[in-house]
Amino acid sequence: MDPIIRIKNISYTYPDADRPALDGVSLDIMPGTFTAVLGSNGSGKSTLAKHLNAILVPAGGKVFVDGMDTADEGNLLAIRRQVGMVFQNPDNQIVANVVEDDVAFAPENLGVEPKEIRRRVDEALKSVGMYEFRMHAPHLLSGGQKQRVAIAGVLAMDPDVLVLDEPTAMLDPRGRREVIAAVETLCRERGITVVLITHHMDEAVRADRVLVLDKGRIVLDGTPQQIFPQTAALQALRLTVPDTVALMSRLNAAGMDLPMDALTPAECAAAILEALQ
Amino acid sequence: MLKDITLGQYFPGDTVVHRLDPRTKLVLTLVYIAALFMVGSWGGYALVFAALASVAAVAHIRPRALLKGLKPLVFIIVFTAVLNLFFTGGDDILFQWRSIHVTWSGLKRAVSMVLRILLLVSGTFMLTYTTSPLAITDGLEKLLSPLKKLHVPVYELSLMMCIALRFIPTLIEETDRIMSAQKARGADLETGTLPERAKALLPLLIPLFISSFRRADELALAMECRCYNGGEGRTRMKQLRMAWQDGVAFALGAALVAGILLLRRLGI
Repeated sequence: MDPIIRIKNISYTYPDADRPALDGVSLDIMPGTFTAVLGSNGSGKSTLAKHLNAILVPAGGKVFVDGMDTADEGNLLAIRRQVGMVFQNPDNQIVANVVEDDVAFAPENLGVEPKEIRRRVDEALKSVGMYEFRMHAPHLLSGGQKQRVAIAGVLAMDPDVLVLDEPTAMLDPRGRREVIAAVETLCRERGITVVLITHHMDEAVRADRVLVLDKGRIVLDGTPQQIFPQTAALQALRLTVPDTVALMSRLNAAGMDLPMDALTPAECAAAILEALQ
Repeated sequence: MLKDITLGQYFPGDTVVHRLDPRTKLVLTLVYIAALFMVGSWGGYALVFAALASVAAVAHIRPRALLKGLKPLVFIIVFTAVLNLFFTGGDDILFQWRSIHVTWSGLKRAVSMVLRILLLVSGTFMLTYTTSPLAITDGLEKLLSPLKKLHVPVYELSLMMCIALRFIPTLIEETDRIMSAQKARGADLETGTLPERAKALLPLLIPLFISSFRRADELALAMECRCYNGGEGRTRMKQLRMAWQDGVAFALGAALVAGILLLRRLGI
């Protein structure tokens, strides 16, 4: 299978910055996978996200989306249709003052037939669990609900890839769970490729692949089971570890013998139970 | 406190008037205004009033809501009445005191001007009370779409309207938050002379301005990511459609104009 996104040795420096935000990043993203990108502030993770749908064009190197070069302006709309992008602040992504009108915005821009727009809007809202709110005004929804509307607004373009740039940074724990659950369902059940930029480690434990960025370079790359037990390496990069890993490493330090790859709370609980018996 | 501000004057409902196509209502409002200026007799005013009252009754608009809407106009109405009453010339003097005189024609004119203003404003309320701002925007966009040929950015204008309406509650919320933050730092927004209070608003407006610009920036980016590239080639999910009720409404509008002209001819 060919990668849906192919990044070849890209670098990028913001105007007025003294060091590059991205410095020689290469990466292939396979269709249908869930990739989490971690890194502390200023590690270049948001800059990487903005390269995935041609908001930024690399100064050196190339990005290909489904074989299309992002540096070619003629591909712009096709790339943006294929790679949907969700940002941090849900308030600043919602255009209309009725939920369903907002979700219809992207397909309307693409000139889709009215009947087909209706179908896509209903389907997108159902797939994030917001269908019953379709007639609501966005400003009366909770943060997690607004962010799910924003995701539906992108899904209505029928994209292959969903890039989420810290979608939960402004949400409370409940909103965070809602959004992450919706994103996981989209990846596992609808086969949408997900790239999740985050600094909440707990959100990355269910990913297929975890990338850790530091100073514009990929420093760690592997499955969550390979990455998260490296507590020392993560702490050196000013990152915390998931709560489950933190708990298990403290229990191990206290003399227990737990496997460090039980990352989800359920797995962790099962592992502790087994060790105790 | 700021959250209590109601937006526009739309009263949601599900009457025939609410369900009419916004284009129909916009055009009929214009017809109504034109008809009002064609009125040339007291009978004409009675007819317009009857038409207005029946629309209000069908749309379940209470007289009290109308009166409340007319309240801010009291000054203009009184001013118009006084001006017409005392400054209309003529020989049919009704009442005179030193250099002030009131004529019959002045009295008639004052009453008819006041009636005209009252009926005009209440008539436009029929539109804004029964049509959501969004539907009005949609209707306007459709009605003005021939102007696209003259390179008037009709779609962009209506999108601007929409976004402005969408962000009003968000900005009100933000203003509330900034106000609390400034009060927590000891800002005094409620007491003092007018210039002092105006000055106290400055630390409120500057953060609001800056954050609005940031919002605009992010929104533009999000819109581009959703393939926004101008009004060209755009489709709409919700198509406006005229139904038979719209035909009936137009017929009634025409009947009103005909009635007014007839009464004027007959001098009733």
